Amino acid sequence: MAHAYTPGLKVSRQTKLHCRRLLPISGKVLVEVGDSVEAQDVVAEASIPGDIFPLNLASLLGVSAADLPGCMLKNKGERVEVGDELARSKGIFGFFKKSYFSRSAGVLESVSKITGQIILRGEPIPVQVRAYVPGKILEVKPEQGVVVESNVTFIQGIFGIGGEQYGKIHLACEKPEQPLTEDLIKPEMRGGVIIGGARMTHQAVEKAIAVGASAVVSGGIDDQDLKNILGYDLGVAITGTEKIGTTLIITEGFGDIGMARRTFELFQSRTGAPASVNGATQIRAGVMRPEIVIPTTDDSASEVFDDGAVEGFLEPGSSVRIIRDPYFGMIGQVANLPPEPTVLGSGSKARVLEVKLDDGRQLVVPRANVEIIAG
Amino acid sequence: MSKINPDDIEVILATDCGSTTTKAILIEKIDGHYRQTYRGEAPTTVEEPAADVTVGVTNAVSEVAELAGRKLLDENDQILRPSNGKQGCDIYISTSSAGGGLQMLVAGVVREMTAASAKRAALGAGAIVMDTISSNDKRKPYEQIQRIRELRPDMILLSGGTDGGTVKHVVQLAELIAPAKPQPRFGDKYRMPIIYAGNIEAWEPVKETFDDDVELSQVENVRPQLDNENLGPARDEIHELFLEHVMAHAPGYDKLISWTDAPIMPTPGAVGNILQTIAERDGINAVGVDIGGATTDVFSVFDGVFNRTVSANLGMSYSISNVCAEATMPNILRWVHVDMQERELRNRVKNKMIRPTTIPQTLEALIFEQAVAREALRLAYIQHKEFATTLKGVQQQRTVGDLFTQDSGGQSIVNNMKLDLLVASGGVLSHAPRMHQTAAMLIDAFEPEGFTTLAKDSIFMMPHLGVLAQVHPQAALEVFERDCLIYLGTCVAIAGQPRPGRVAFRYKITGDISDEGEMIAGELKLLPLSGEQRATVEIEPARGLDCGAGKGKPVSREVRGGEVGLILDARGRELAVGGEKGADRQTVTQWVNAMHLYDD
Repeated sequence: MAHAYTPGLKVSRQTKLHCRRLLPISGKVLVEVGDSVEAQDVVAEASIPGDIFPLNLASLLGVSAADLPGCMLKNKGERVEVGDELARSKGIFGFFKKSYFSRSAGVLESVSKITGQIILRGEPIPVQVRAYVPGKILEVKPEQGVVVESNVTFIQGIFGIGGEQYGKIHLACEKPEQPLTEDLIKPEMRGGVIIGGARMTHQAVEKAIAVGASAVVSGGIDDQDLKNILGYDLGVAITGTEKIGTTLIITEGFGDIGMARRTFELFQSRTGAPASVNGATQIRAGVMRPEIVIPTTDDSASEVFDDGAVEGFLEPGSSVRIIRDPYFGMIGQVANLPPEPTVLGSGSKARVLEVKLDDGRQLVVPRANVEIIAG
Repeated sequence: MSKINPDDIEVILATDCGSTTTKAILIEKIDGHYRQTYRGEAPTTVEEPAADVTVGVTNAVSEVAELAGRKLLDENDQILRPSNGKQGCDIYISTSSAGGGLQMLVAGVVREMTAASAKRAALGAGAIVMDTISSNDKRKPYEQIQRIRELRPDMILLSGGTDGGTVKHVVQLAELIAPAKPQPRFGDKYRMPIIYAGNIEAWEPVKETFDDDVELSQVENVRPQLDNENLGPARDEIHELFLEHVMAHAPGYDKLISWTDAPIMPTPGAVGNILQTIAERDGINAVGVDIGGATTDVFSVFDGVFNRTVSANLGMSYSISNVCAEATMPNILRWVHVDMQERELRNRVKNKMIRPTTIPQTLEALIFEQAVAREALRLAYIQHKEFATTLKGVQQQRTVGDLFTQDSGGQSIVNNMKLDLLVASGGVLSHAPRMHQTAAMLIDAFEPEGFTTLAKDSIFMMPHLGVLAQVHPQAALEVFERDCLIYLGTCVAIAGQPRPGRVAFRYKITGDISDEGEMIAGELKLLPLSGEQRATVEIEPARGLDCGAGKGKPVSREVRGGEVGLILDARGRELAVGGEKGADRQTVTQWVNAMHLYDD
């Protein structure tokens, strides 16, 4: 085989993004095909059935479960307000009656004559989906959501924390190798997306939260710092729901690692532009990577892709990044792809490739340990 | 599916559609015996752009066909049947865990009784149990409802009450599930299958509780009496609904179902099936483990009772960070005999988590990964032992001898002293550069006692053989014995804590090799004994230590060799490693050297 398949992360200066914005359950789409939308416009909404309040009313009234239906003062499907008399026991010869006044509002959903339990369902919970990126509605999926088409600069990170945020790009570091430290975070970055270079420190993240930054993006983060920020050791890479006061995205990996120069320069060129970011990461079947989307006004983009889909082929000359120790983070070009498996230092046999680094060194690494990056 | 006469079967094609890879094997009758002859693999294609599982199956089968020089597919990519010379196969079978496998929610009235039985039924059928809801799980009803709403299971198993017992509690559970309206993973049109396997007298009121939003079915009670568990009907129904609903909604599966000559089984269900078949045939107790990137499955058969557990977040890539969080870094590093920096390791672990397909390049990285594997396996086995218990809630008849024991049912049926065969599978065990490393990881994590044969599944063939056992047990058993297992050897270990510096046991070995000597407390020794060789090992344990015949009693057993050999283990049980009182770095280094783990 002359070349091998390996996935990489998408970093694109100019691309046409087709962004699917779907409701978690069936609902109503509020826009039509061809409509122009802004990032924070609501494009679809739905109501999730309200919370449920189960109550063993039979035991509260001191009646048997079978007698409960006869004690009910409200019918199934009827609205109940807080303080409404919900049920009254028959008492003994008309005396010693006991009433129950509802402590929750909702609709009476069921009354069980077997368990004596009633179920009250609370107000429907509204769910809204925003456009996320400014653009045109390309497709409406009835009752589900929309596809928004937008011309953007698109950068995928490798790992993130926190959900969707919006803000202007602020460059905090001057070089991609420069760590993002506390002193580089300024009050004027409030509401913005702060771009660092190499590792973001714990103190820098705390300062960003303190100034009210929407998001912080940098090359790497130390796992110990992440643990301190979250307050726990992250076990499984399914993120996006954390509430730490900002969204964090790393573009390269954990440890002292600088942002890829091309990515950094792309951010540099878009300083001041409004961006949409999402830290949600899921590294399982149906992989989801965090992203930074910066709309452009140029609609000449020819490359069209659905968010998330990336692939490439390894061949001599491909630019690659080594993604595992002992050469983690090093960037170079594929010099050779020997077809025969090679014995590694670990003693395992694996197919390898030779990578030529910019400083002229040539390294042998397993093919599984590189990812293609844009040249 | 056609009816096949087992005697006419000469060529068998089997596939296992995993989350990432579809593996195909060919089994042929050679000189009157079934042998696994060729294998091929291709990426699984349930996701876009192909979104059709049969594309991956066809690719994997094409590779087998090419290697075997046998035409297996016609011009329309249909599997050719029956075999005719160098063309086609007689039966085609498949397992599947693609798309995250089968994910279930189970519910039962009492956590330790009917809910535990329901969980065993679901796990035994090959499901991942997302949560177990019970009346006494310490959650308030609204919290339970909230949880049911958050999960998106493929199906629900509801149990509760013994037949003729109380109706109220199980109906109460149904009343929690019904209004929660659990949403399935696949599509709006999918009606959630709910299997009712509880008190037969509660069926009518349970039925009334649910509306048409769900697909409700009833099977026999999983716990008809407190002292009797009846898991078969629930497991069969799970398999059926898995095919009818879950598989039918996965891309291309309708086509695959029509291709196979036996029902498609969830992969872990098939592995359990073959392990059970082997344990039954040979009258042995066996444990199998499959450690993957995200999960670790443990299967056991003790005294004919089968159990399976899935440790959902113990794995070597996606879940490696969780292993480190649960086990803690000091517990992992206690197995490492070289210097490593914790801060650096933490970052490496996270980098493996976010880029799960990378492999260790350096020896140091391999040593660390195998240390993590020991802890992942150890934790998974602890979970398994806690789950695989005798039935709880059963009245015990006690004698005077039981006066001082407080057992009340629910003891683990996993007994390492009774364990005869320990089978390893999964990347970190199967692909370890040396089989010695596989054996060492198994012994350190599972701590077998007495005489235990160690083996590994050569190419993770057990799923294929599990489903084959359903249609052709003889072929499945022959291939299992001849081609599936690679024997690593036998571990002979004493239970109890030997006194430091003293003799733990004396040994005398006769047969294809001869040796005798003493094992000092904490010592580990590897003796060469190849796969074809057998030896009789006589062990004389020191007072207070047990090698199978009782404390201090001599024992003799014939053992088989393997790729690694005969391992004598005088370290004691439970293994004490690390910490203030456990084995230190120097001792761990001695073990590494004794087992020839990383030297030339």
